[in-house]
Amino acid sequence: MKMTTKEVKSHREPLIHIVKRDELHWWQAWLIRIGAIVLAVLLVGAISMMLTKGSFTEIYEIMFKGAFGRITEGKTTMLWKFLQETAILLGLSLAVTPAFKMKFWNCGAEGQALMGGLASIICMIELGDKLPYPALLCVVVLASVLSGALWGVIPAFFKARYNTNETLFTLMMNYVATQIIKYYVYIEGGGSNTIHPVATGNLPTLGGNRYLLNVIIIAVLTVALFVYLKFSKQGYEITVVGESRKTAKYVGINVKKVVIRTMVISGAMCGIVGMILVAGTDHSINTNTVGGQGFTAIMVSWLGQFNPFIMVLMSALTVFLRMGAGKIADTCSLNASFADIAVGLVILFVVGCEFFIRYSVKFRHSKKEVKA
Amino acid sequence: MKKVLSLVLVLLLALGTCAMFAGCSEDGTATSTDGTNAADGGKTVKVGFIFLHDENSTYDKNFMDAAKLACDEMGVEYAQKTQIPESNACYDAAVELIEVDGCNVIFADSFGHESFLINAAREYADVEFCHATGTQAHTAGLDNFHNAFASIYQGRYLAGVAAGMKLNEMIEAGTITADKAKMGYVGAFTFAEVMSGYTSFYLGAKSICPTVTMDVKFTGSWYDEQLEKEAAQALIEGGCVLISQHADSMGAPTACETAGVPNVSYNGSTIAACPNTFIVSSRINWAPYFMHMIECVRDGKAIEADWTGTIETESVLLTEVNEAVAAAGTVEKIEEVKAQLLDGTINVFDTANFTVGGETLTSYMADVDSDANFEKDTEAIDGGVFYESKFRSAPYFDIEIDGITLLDRNYG
Repeated sequence: MKMTTKEVKSHREPLIHIVKRDELHWWQAWLIRIGAIVLAVLLVGAISMMLTKGSFTEIYEIMFKGAFGRITEGKTTMLWKFLQETAILLGLSLAVTPAFKMKFWNCGAEGQALMGGLASIICMIELGDKLPYPALLCVVVLASVLSGALWGVIPAFFKARYNTNETLFTLMMNYVATQIIKYYVYIEGGGSNTIHPVATGNLPTLGGNRYLLNVIIIAVLTVALFVYLKFSKQGYEITVVGESRKTAKYVGINVKKVVIRTMVISGAMCGIVGMILVAGTDHSINTNTVGGQGFTAIMVSWLGQFNPFIMVLMSALTVFLRMGAGKIADTCSLNASFADIAVGLVILFVVGCEFFIRYSVKFRHSKKEVKA
Repeated sequence: MKKVLSLVLVLLLALGTCAMFAGCSEDGTATSTDGTNAADGGKTVKVGFIFLHDENSTYDKNFMDAAKLACDEMGVEYAQKTQIPESNACYDAAVELIEVDGCNVIFADSFGHESFLINAAREYADVEFCHATGTQAHTAGLDNFHNAFASIYQGRYLAGVAAGMKLNEMIEAGTITADKAKMGYVGAFTFAEVMSGYTSFYLGAKSICPTVTMDVKFTGSWYDEQLEKEAAQALIEGGCVLISQHADSMGAPTACETAGVPNVSYNGSTIAACPNTFIVSSRINWAPYFMHMIECVRDGKAIEADWTGTIETESVLLTEVNEAVAAAGTVEKIEEVKAQLLDGTINVFDTANFTVGGETLTSYMADVDSDANFEKDTEAIDGGVFYESKFRSAPYFDIEIDGITLLDRNYG
């Protein structure tokens, strides 16, 4: 044994080498992930300090204020905005999760949500004065869900039937959706790149709070998806298809059916988020309504390891950073893109840390060990 | 492990050192909210600005510069939110500026912000909300929501005078004959704000060069460099000997510079990029309105539902004339006409100066109150003058007059 070590020594051993790890305990993996997040948040703080000469506590105070407002003084308005933003991001993350779990890379949450939103606004405008409110609301919900599902199932059908690449397909569907919205705004709006907010067919406000219902819908979805994935037969089928299509076939699972069914669910959930954005928040639509969150959601879902409850934390963290860094940018006249940079840094760290979960970095053995 | 730790420490130290060299330019955005302006005896004002884009857009930069100027001048604090889309995000931004930054006046700069700002205005009755280019203040029934614009048609008219001088110079030099004095205009959309602009520009030119005609092309976008360039090129190929535009990119000015065709610009001087063709440019200066708004809140006075800045309030400005391109005597002529606009001897939309279908207009119902059906609701002509920006600050002149040919239309 000692001989081999010496032999290796005689070849110039590199300073660092990378070794595949054995399976880590779940808590060890999480320790690494949490470490990465903490590091990233510290780094965002450090960069902010560098750019603004604010002190460490000042920076985090501004970030905290940007995300939660003057909550310490009992003002909860900003907290509700934080919850709303978290709910939207979480909703989209939940939506892509079933697809991801079966290794179907649905990068089309943006477009699916936009199409859901489009269905909402069309119903709100066209049927606003023709249907009583409860019926109108049902139509809005149904139309959004269906149109989101439709936008999701098209790539799924081609994947199942012709084995097309779903990543490219869903991405392209985003562009198509964006162009359709652009056209709709063009014919409906008045040259201001936006549609006048529509008063009919809005989701009801609960207790005078404009975001409460949105948050509740997403909370219910979170629990529902958790139960569906964990305890239902269909959820199990998704897992099997994700692990190995051949195994799934062998045990008699109709893979094509599962792919299509799962994408219907994924698209429908995106449609719900689109409806929340349009009927529940903006009462209007433009190409920027989803605002790229369909892509951030991919990361959140991945970080959450497809577990809805961990995704709650991940969405909250992402939104905290976005709003917090945005506040720093506003307070110190930095460009608003600073918020994107902050979120980007965290993504980089968190994705990067997956490497350290799978591999360990070994430094060259020190002399002490050689003597031993 | 030690190595990793030391690496992290080194990194943090390095960042810390950098920190000493950089500075947060907290131009009046200091976080303290209880500073007082008690010296003037008035209410402490803190303004919150909501901008559609950031300083990289000429449109927003015009507002941002004015905001800084006005707040510094008045000695008040301000906070700002940039990159705020025309959605509920505008409402959120307003709430944040009020609740977190303690602002008591909110200003938003884009047309589409209006409805969302009104939502916030309904909820915060003790905060004043001001909005540029909007149309709903006079019908919204809110005491704390206000619209503002400027009579930019006066600036366009003056710029048109400079264009007319240039055309006359070309005619005298024999470059063109009087019947070939055709201008081209690149517009964004076929609606009042743009139509009012190009008509006043045309009338300004016509007051100097009576034979002038004008072709107009629309791009269907406020900012599309390629489309604006192509439109300008098409107009030049169609025989236009001078170009002006109402869109925010450098498309038309650069097309003119390439083709060597004189250009009357908008939003600010384009002389740096177009030294051989730039004549003059008109723009709206928002600083007077911001100061007015701050003053009203400070002194507890009501802000008008609609405020229209004019040449007199210095809300409408012309850049320096580029004497290398402009006709001789342009500067003097502009001063002369400006004085006449100021003392009221000239009205831009005097019905004696234009015809529609060969007839002089005696009555016109304009669409002043916003509604879904674009109903014509207000008589705008009185005593031979079309009163623009009188019944609300945003323009509503949308008449197609003789001498101007619309090559296409784009209602957006």
